[in-house]
Amino acid sequence: MARSVTQQRKAINTAVAWAVGLLIFFPILWTILTSFKTEAQAINDPPLFLFFDWTLENYAVVQERSDYMRFLWNSIIIAGGSTILGIIIAVPAAWSMAFVPSKRTKDILLWMLSTKMLPAVGVLYPIYLVFIRLGLLDTRIGLVVVLMLINLPIIIWMLYTYFKEIPGEILEAARMDGATLKEEILYVLTPMAVPGIASTLLLNIILAWNEAFWTLNLTAAKAAPLTAFIASYSSPEGLFYAKLSAASTMAIAPILILGWFSQKQLVRGLTFGAVK
Amino acid sequence: MGRITLDKVTKRFGTAEVIPPLDLTIEDGEFTVFVGPSGCGKSTLLRLIAGLEDVSSGQIRIDGEDATMTPPAKRGLAMVFQSYALYPHMSVRKNIAFPMKMAKMPQEEQDRRIASAAKALNLTDYLERRPGQLSGGQRQRVAIGRAIVREPSAFLFDEPLSNLDAALRVGMRLEISELHKRLQTTMVYVTHDQVEAMTMADKIVVLRAGYVEQVGSPLDLYHAPQNIFVAGFIGSPKMNFIEGAEAAKYNAHTIGVRPEHIAISDSEGPWSGVVGVSEHLGSDTFFHIHNTGLAETITVRADGEVGFRHGDRVHLSPRTDVIHRFDAEGLRINA
Repeated sequence: MARSVTQQRKAINTAVAWAVGLLIFFPILWTILTSFKTEAQAINDPPLFLFFDWTLENYAVVQERSDYMRFLWNSIIIAGGSTILGIIIAVPAAWSMAFVPSKRTKDILLWMLSTKMLPAVGVLYPIYLVFIRLGLLDTRIGLVVVLMLINLPIIIWMLYTYFKEIPGEILEAARMDGATLKEEILYVLTPMAVPGIASTLLLNIILAWNEAFWTLNLTAAKAAPLTAFIASYSSPEGLFYAKLSAASTMAIAPILILGWFSQKQLVRGLTFGAVK
Repeated sequence: MGRITLDKVTKRFGTAEVIPPLDLTIEDGEFTVFVGPSGCGKSTLLRLIAGLEDVSSGQIRIDGEDATMTPPAKRGLAMVFQSYALYPHMSVRKNIAFPMKMAKMPQEEQDRRIASAAKALNLTDYLERRPGQLSGGQRQRVAIGRAIVREPSAFLFDEPLSNLDAALRVGMRLEISELHKRLQTTMVYVTHDQVEAMTMADKIVVLRAGYVEQVGSPLDLYHAPQNIFVAGFIGSPKMNFIEGAEAAKYNAHTIGVRPEHIAISDSEGPWSGVVGVSEHLGSDTFFHIHNTGLAETITVRADGEVGFRHGDRVHLSPRTDVIHRFDAEGLRINA
């Protein structure tokens, strides 16, 4: 029997959903609003919501003081590079776990996930030393590798879940049709898993884009992405909330826009396989 | 060419022995059907031949050559799966072309073969569609098309008709039989449906729990089942089995009488009983007779015109010349 939903019930549900949505979005909204205030208005008590003198001054100052495009470019290379590299490694790994599992496959998956439970700072020292030795400090390639490694468990887990949904008979058919392992993955598995791969790609770009711990600790000037750009406005010259907010808005805008346009894909990907 | 020989082939999954040592030869050009109840190992056997599963021991030879360790792609066999296993992201044309593309066949030759397969299978108008836009029967034809363009030495069919509705199944059954007559290529066909086995096969292999119960032509199996299992499995409706005193009269532990070998009348016959359910097929009527004192139910196949009602007392006369006799182990006693 279908559950009957009264008009009143519907209205309450809608209100609650909006309230939760606004609660989650509020910090971002507040950051964006603050970026249009003057420094004085930004720390006004009581806080000003919409009625203040809107100004673009902070953006002009931030633009003048730092090279936004260089940070943006680093972010794109680091987020994009680590995600693509991760997918190239994760596809064969997830294939073998999904289609030729061994007794230990579940354990390996859980072990990989467990690495995500380790506080990142726990391995900062060894990784820092390795980076010094290899001359990778403050290089984009170094960050690409590190971010790829820390996100790899998630990429493999997601792809594994999607691959599990693909009927094994289709891959067997490809094998009967004379496809080698490489051809089977390239021509049959990957195209069928495109929706899953796409959402994995998107989610990991977002994760890598927002990653701050490693990007702040392993870069100085040359390879610094947008997270470092934001951080550079946080403390040294005291707290300039409005400029910090402007820098933050500029840093999150690209990923926010990407997320907005791909939200359908993301939701579909994340709930893929949840229902038949 | 496509002569397949299995030599003491076994298959174990962990400690479970699915296929005990099994010997079997499938002759070139033969239509062989593996039939048996679910879980009897018939699909596993087919997958061993295909190379999708590795044998635990024994040898598989294809045209005399040891293929035991050969990967599926190199065995020269084509397979049609129960789920059709079409590539959902490719058009019908690309699905059919896939094995040729993998074999790096020249494009003109690919096009020629696609055109001829599409014509033979009535798919010409659907070549640019995706599998999702086709009906079940059309999908099955695409799967067959994908198999025939390779010109394999043998076709393997894994319950290919079980996802189709009844009417379509009969049509596809004929199409596959015609295909076999036309191509004269070895076909190995797995089904749990004894009607498919009887109507299509040159040779039927009846399997139970991995063991081959009997190998023979459909009529061999019908006329001379080697044991009670085969006797009960082949033929529809099922053979009637009678034990006890009546069987003893024939010097047997159990006798088997097919429903079509029993005459029914309201006045005379050595056996009698009460009519239970009648199934009217038009051409025939199946009567289920109770209270005979011989078995719980005796099924009788009578002409469609014969009309007895539920509860009528009737008399039955078995044709004594075609009674099957079995010993206490269930094995056939030959005259």
